Amino acid sequence: MAPRELRALQSQRLQDVVRLVYDRVPHYRKKLDAAGVGPDDIQDIEDISKLPFTTKEDLRETYPFGMFGVPMEEVVRIHASSGTTGKQTVVGYTRKDIHTWAEVIARTLAAGGTHAADFVQNSYGYGLFTGGLGLHYGAELIGASVIPTSGGQTRRQVQIMQDFGSTVLCCTPSYALVIGEEAREIRVEFAKLPLRVGFLGAEPWSQTMRLEIEAALSIDALDIYGLSEIIGPGVGFECLQKTGLHLNEDHFYPEVINPETGEPVADGELGEVVFTTLTKEALPLLRYRTRDLTRILPEPCPCGRTIRRMERVTGRSDDMLIIRGVNVFPSQIEEVLMRVEGTTPNYLLVVDRKPRGMDELEVQVELSSHMFSDEMVKLEGVSAQIGRELENVLGLRVGVRLVEPKTLERSMGKAKRVVDRRELGK
Amino acid sequence: MSAIQISVFLENKSGRLAEVTQALAKANVNIRALSLAETIDYGVLRLIVNRPQEASEALTSAGFIVTETDVVAAEMPDRPGALAALVEVLTRQRLNIEYCYAFVAKRGDNAVVIFRVDDAQAALSALEGGGAHVLSGAELSGL
Repeated sequence: MAPRELRALQSQRLQDVVRLVYDRVPHYRKKLDAAGVGPDDIQDIEDISKLPFTTKEDLRETYPFGMFGVPMEEVVRIHASSGTTGKQTVVGYTRKDIHTWAEVIARTLAAGGTHAADFVQNSYGYGLFTGGLGLHYGAELIGASVIPTSGGQTRRQVQIMQDFGSTVLCCTPSYALVIGEEAREIRVEFAKLPLRVGFLGAEPWSQTMRLEIEAALSIDALDIYGLSEIIGPGVGFECLQKTGLHLNEDHFYPEVINPETGEPVADGELGEVVFTTLTKEALPLLRYRTRDLTRILPEPCPCGRTIRRMERVTGRSDDMLIIRGVNVFPSQIEEVLMRVEGTTPNYLLVVDRKPRGMDELEVQVELSSHMFSDEMVKLEGVSAQIGRELENVLGLRVGVRLVEPKTLERSMGKAKRVVDRRELGK
Repeated sequence: MSAIQISVFLENKSGRLAEVTQALAKANVNIRALSLAETIDYGVLRLIVNRPQEASEALTSAGFIVTETDVVAAEMPDRPGALAALVEVLTRQRLNIEYCYAFVAKRGDNAVVIFRVDDAQAALSALEGGGAHVLSGAELSGL
């Protein structure tokens, strides 16, 4: 589509979505009225900057379905992000949304050369997480043979890959390395397998890791981007040029803003990417703050696609961590520690990526006098209980380590809470 | 009468034990017995000292996490079978031993075993009823 046509389409769709949320979502009507902007003020895509931002807070306030733009009988699917009840984000889809989702995933997979004769091994988790079912429908739309292995049982994954001749792998980048490692242990050579390409996302990764995965699995490793609030995977995708992620901007309109001021930044400048869903029905969102830091790459891509690209996400404008596809906020950890101990001890989160392995989160907790016991059984009980509660809340197994008081570094005023050793910038 | 044990939380890093012993030396505290239990990440140092109060204060002000526990210190002849006899007495009374450690006293030919049980008072009566000599805090300090 020529840029001028795309712009006309985006302008039309923006008018439609603003009209939709104004008419159907009371929370949005209130927000738009407060901002002094109505559907009639939106004539062109440029007018988007008149609209207020939407944040995770808006979704929390209207939990679980308050931001939905259709009656529940039109909603055919619900997904939710991990987290405590207060923190989980609930998203819905109409039949048309599911079709849009399959469409953008089909584009994603096609950009890596996937076609009807392919065997797509989908090792993203199936369930409330958008990864599994999101990729699934897109791969089916292409007509590929989908193998819904979901996550885990790595040896079986390798077995299936060998026996069925999987050509396409969908999973998180760290799980791709785990599969690679397992295959090496049981002496399966990827160079001799038909596996050709991987669509890897749901967690931040680096160029170094791409090279490692490509060498270990003998594939092209492509980055995919998405967030459940916008649709799930399928918001952005890399083509085989591997030079940034093409954005499906006919459905999700991107802006990059200065996270402090909310002002747009120039193309090529680093900022927070914000998306407006142009066609979503069940959960239409205006200028949703992703907190992901990236930049728009204005140069045309050698692949010929005219939709714009963004650079791979290099960081966050808040303190959220993404570990094995799970969103973790330090505040969730605080709540658990508070509940277990009755007070919030000083703590530190250490995220590490084992060589050729999965991301690991360790919670270091400073011991206080009332937590201490001369009996080892009781001390071990304290860390085990914290570990269990954290796993319940986060849906993620974490290591818990008790440390002496004042061991953890305190910077001026606020304590340093997170040490990320994954070297994502490289 | 039960005795006081000082327990200290120690992270597994070099020099921490030295810091404990230095703090005690500075406070002029004499260690009678000690036992160290450890996991991968940390250890718990249990101490019997001549002046528990001072030891506890010195370690706390040196930034350690410290707790005081009632334990039972029983004297026994330093010969084979002596500990077995004491443990037998506690077992008969269904008293569960969380842990224990022993040392040989300088006085006479006896050894001393420190028992950590849930109910120190019950253990004390059981041991005395079984004919063992249970050391008082003062006796322990004087060893």
